[in-house]
Amino acid sequence: MTATDASTSPIDRDSITPLLEIKNLQVGFRTQRGEVTAVDGVNITLMPGKTLAIVGESGSGKSTTAHAIINLLPGSGRITGGEVLFEGRNIAALDEKQMEEIRGRKIGFVPQDPMSNLNPVWSVGFQVEEAIRANGIATGKQDVKKRAIQVLSEAGLSDADKRLKQFPHQFSGGMRQRVLIGMGLSSDPKLLIADEPTSALDVTVQRRILDHLEKLTRESGTALLFITHDLGLAAERAEQLVVMYKGKVVESGPSREILQNPIHPYTQRLVAAAPSLASRRIQSASKPLEDLGYEATRVTEGVDLIAAAESRVDAHAAVDSAPIAIEVRDLTKVYKIRGGKGSGSTLKAVDGVNFQIAKGTTMALVGESGSGKSTVAKLLLRLEEATSGEIRIDGTDTAPMKGKSLLALRRKMQPVFQDPYGSLDPLRNIGNTIAEPLGVFNVGDKKSRRARVDELLDQVALPKALVTRYPNELSGGQRQRVAIARALALKPEIVILDEAVSALDVLVQAQILQLLSDLQAELGLTYLFITHDLAVVRVIADNVSVMKSGRIVEAATTDEVFGNPREEYTKELLDAIPGANIPLGV
Amino acid sequence: MAGYIFRRVLQAIPVFFGTTFLIYFMVFAMPGDPIVALFGDKTPNPAVIEQLRQQYHLDQPFIVQYFLYIGGIFRGDFGTSFSGEPVTQILARTFPVTIRLAVLALIFQSVAGIAVGLVSGLRKGKLFDSSALVVSLILISLPIFVIAYVAQFVFGVQLGWARTTVGPGAPLQDLILPAIVLASVSFAQIVRLTRSSVIETSGLDFVRTAYSKGLSRKRIVPVHILRNSLIPVVTYLATDFGVLLVGATVTEGIFNVPGVGNTLYQAIIRGEGPTVVSFVTVMVLLYLVVNLVVDLLYGLLDPRIRLVK
Amino acid sequence: MAPLEETPLVAIDAVKVDEKPSNLWIDAWRDARRRPIFWISGLLILLIIVVALLPSVFSPVNPFTEKCDLSLSNGDPTAGHPLGFTKLGCDVYARIIFGTSTSISVGFIVILLTTVLGLLFGAFAGFYGGWIDATLSRVGDIFFSIPYILAAVVIMSVLSQYRSIWTISLAIGLFAWPSTARVLRAEILRVKQSDYITASEALGVSKIKILLRHVLPNSIAPVIAITTISLAAAIVAEATLSFLGVGLGGTIMSWGNDINQAQRDIRVHPQTLIWPSLALSITVFSFILMGEVVRDALDPKARALR
Repeated sequence: MTATDASTSPIDRDSITPLLEIKNLQVGFRTQRGEVTAVDGVNITLMPGKTLAIVGESGSGKSTTAHAIINLLPGSGRITGGEVLFEGRNIAALDEKQMEEIRGRKIGFVPQDPMSNLNPVWSVGFQVEEAIRANGIATGKQDVKKRAIQVLSEAGLSDADKRLKQFPHQFSGGMRQRVLIGMGLSSDPKLLIADEPTSALDVTVQRRILDHLEKLTRESGTALLFITHDLGLAAERAEQLVVMYKGKVVESGPSREILQNPIHPYTQRLVAAAPSLASRRIQSASKPLEDLGYEATRVTEGVDLIAAAESRVDAHAAVDSAPIAIEVRDLTKVYKIRGGKGSGSTLKAVDGVNFQIAKGTTMALVGESGSGKSTVAKLLLRLEEATSGEIRIDGTDTAPMKGKSLLALRRKMQPVFQDPYGSLDPLRNIGNTIAEPLGVFNVGDKKSRRARVDELLDQVALPKALVTRYPNELSGGQRQRVAIARALALKPEIVILDEAVSALDVLVQAQILQLLSDLQAELGLTYLFITHDLAVVRVIADNVSVMKSGRIVEAATTDEVFGNPREEYTKELLDAIPGANIPLGV
Repeated sequence: MAGYIFRRVLQAIPVFFGTTFLIYFMVFAMPGDPIVALFGDKTPNPAVIEQLRQQYHLDQPFIVQYFLYIGGIFRGDFGTSFSGEPVTQILARTFPVTIRLAVLALIFQSVAGIAVGLVSGLRKGKLFDSSALVVSLILISLPIFVIAYVAQFVFGVQLGWARTTVGPGAPLQDLILPAIVLASVSFAQIVRLTRSSVIETSGLDFVRTAYSKGLSRKRIVPVHILRNSLIPVVTYLATDFGVLLVGATVTEGIFNVPGVGNTLYQAIIRGEGPTVVSFVTVMVLLYLVVNLVVDLLYGLLDPRIRLVK
Repeated sequence: MAPLEETPLVAIDAVKVDEKPSNLWIDAWRDARRRPIFWISGLLILLIIVVALLPSVFSPVNPFTEKCDLSLSNGDPTAGHPLGFTKLGCDVYARIIFGTSTSISVGFIVILLTTVLGLLFGAFAGFYGGWIDATLSRVGDIFFSIPYILAAVVIMSVLSQYRSIWTISLAIGLFAWPSTARVLRAEILRVKQSDYITASEALGVSKIKILLRHVLPNSIAPVIAITTISLAAAIVAEATLSFLGVGLGGTIMSWGNDINQAQRDIRVHPQTLIWPSLALSITVFSFILMGEVVRDALDPKARALR
């Protein structure tokens, strides 16, 4: 079965030739150990004016496939077999000169990271104008400029005429992404390839930009090839889905069909683990899951987020009367800004924040970048001093703590951070990393510490053989497990998780969420779960506080926030969870 | 930009006082009689000693001496040379020659260095690249006086293509060989720096995006790759100016170019301490000014610096 | 679409521990030992160090005890004197062999000095930040703004009565350390941002322990890379100062001195100038090559440039 078979009726198939037809594409990278195959026999068909999404984890070959289409493979990559037919012509066989004709004019490209895809030394206008000129869309200084302004305004950049002279570093991430979208569409291409175009942006910005991109491509009849790791997003934005796994296409077809009835076990895993879908499902499931015919057993291996959430809810039904572990009152943090215009200007990063977390429960602190949520974590951990307000842990104010009492506090409360690549010291082996807290607090002797390290590795489901290994040998998810093990070494009561799963692939993310859930049930831990991703919150948190510009704008139980949000901002965040308009099989 | 210039100039002030103080300190805070120490095993004329004592205000406390000396620098008084000629007068005579030599060397090293480095970087791993790497490593390993003698011996003595020493008035054609020698070491560094910078830039996301817009390689190489790669090269040229000054001292000495460097060279080998100190001070100040100017140019080259509030 | 048997599912996030343990240093060693230039430069350096330590093994003539014979002035090579004689009738080969230790000693003393000063200034400035950084960095700027050879010329002029390996090393090292400090400071600023540093702070590990245990070990690699190259630069600096006549005294064997002495006769007797120059250049070249290998091995980014 190919995408074409599923999407076009017999009549269409005869009358329309596909815009893009990838046949048995092979891409290899030359390395010191010989050629490594990154894409292995991929078939994709895209009809004119349609949208198709390639979904997969990092390393699945989805971006490589996209780059192969316009022959811009990085480094030693090259197409080793197959065809890329664009309007019936095999463009994999074109020379560089002919390829230049296609790029930009026929196939536009919107890259992933808005921060690194604009040249910092040229003005934005210069970079848009050179694309317009290179593709012969306009000639003459005035015409080119006029077209550039038009393109940028269409991409949703206000004051485009004034902004032409500005440089990329004067733009926010969202604005840069608009510029890149404008560039990609500047020559009215037949096909636009968008490679994770919004994954580096805040969720609300992400949604607005995708809405706009959808509108633009629909109006101009441009076909869209969309690359993403988020199954919910893909299903929401594209008519056709192609699921890639380890360089191969494992499933393709109409989005709804795949979502409702995934056939390949990998796709089943993905559907079960995608937080955006899970949160939607939980939301729509006011009835118990069994009544909806939802079968958790369908997932052969991996994690079912819904099942995980269900068991959490059961376990937490009794904790209503638990004592308060963390209490924050009127917490405020003011930073002095140096180098700004006029000295003495200040920034209120945290502005009168109040919340309580009961023992053994999870509170999610949700907010976009710059909302002050990570500052709250630093203040709680006493890595920075609050300007005013109070933090009570088990009823004791932490502000006056010094020396021994501060150490006791640190023992009680441990953090896990976001970046899996920066969270472990690269020069210390895993055993030493996990044992470091034991050494700092002089817990036990050498032998008992080793035993404790083994026990901790076991708790986070890692083999004991890792003790002598170094972080660069581990995957992101495994590093986060090690970071969790280190945090648990001193048997803390509270764990502060600062975007602890944000950088991970969905399946790994689901696994870690499950692990956190299990550990909480087993050890009675209290979690403060800081994240920008509301979808994840749905499956892990008991209570939610939404932060914006240093303030908490809404705080309630997870069910209330999702079912009955009061604030406009919360609604906007909820809407930004992809998959809102996907009817699910449950 | 105005704010940037202002801040950069402000930063240069403590460095100016710091460096001059350091030089003064090294000479005059040493134990014993600095004037006698400066002359080493020579026994100078008592009248000269007396004059130097006055010039450096040795009857005053140290810190007063320093400020009197700084005051002199602001009035353009760098002291008097061993032969009794004011340093400023010597500078007026020799400076133009050195400027000619230095500019010539700067042109050689940057034009040739950037060109070779660019080609090398674009053809990474090819024969041209490997040869350029080997040649540049060898050049870096050769001390400048070795290069100078080899060049003098081969091109001057054996082949007779150039004069071994520069004639009176230092005509431009006589300066070509010394300038190439002076440029050689930094040339090699610039080749390597440009090369690595070009390779790094070529792999950046915005270069791929430029290709995806449909631009040709002919446009991308100068506009996106070379333009960005020049930023670290310009920074290097500034810090490297110190090497150029030392190199000029040796080269001018060996080729007998009548410039500032040669004056310092002659003073050093004759052991004329006070003259050495005066000319080193002049060179350090020159180095400060050049670095300041290059930093300001850097602002023009990189909008991220220019446009910071 | 690929059938299931073509893409079998593997366990999510499976742990692979089949390869040997590796971290930056292990990887660096594995990378370096595969490269021929590592072995070539390594053997050359080893040979040079052995010559420096045991010169009499390589030269039967001891230039310290054997008087030069003026009748042999600028003489051609004879048996037992393979490279001929200097203007003063001294054995060129013996002087080169016995001069090796001078170059090598100055090189090592200077990098010891620059590394100690550079580590102190760079580490405190980078790690503690704030006014400590501002003060230390300004001091570094001042020392950096005097080209170190010019500074050494002044110091050696003043210390004309005390010229020795120690004073010349001090004169060079005193102004050469800021580049080490700058490299270390920049690296520490980068490492300091890492989450594992914050995690250690949250554990209550003291600042100085964090610096010594986590920050320094992770920031030291680029310092080591430039140190090898600084060693070469220090050898060149000594030779240049000796060549200018403000380096080592006449009683100390130094290639720079010999080149200085030979320059007047370059037209008629180039060999007395060429041999010490060659010795100097080969020594410097060996250390530069080694510096390249070390830098490539320790910096994955530099490795990609090869």
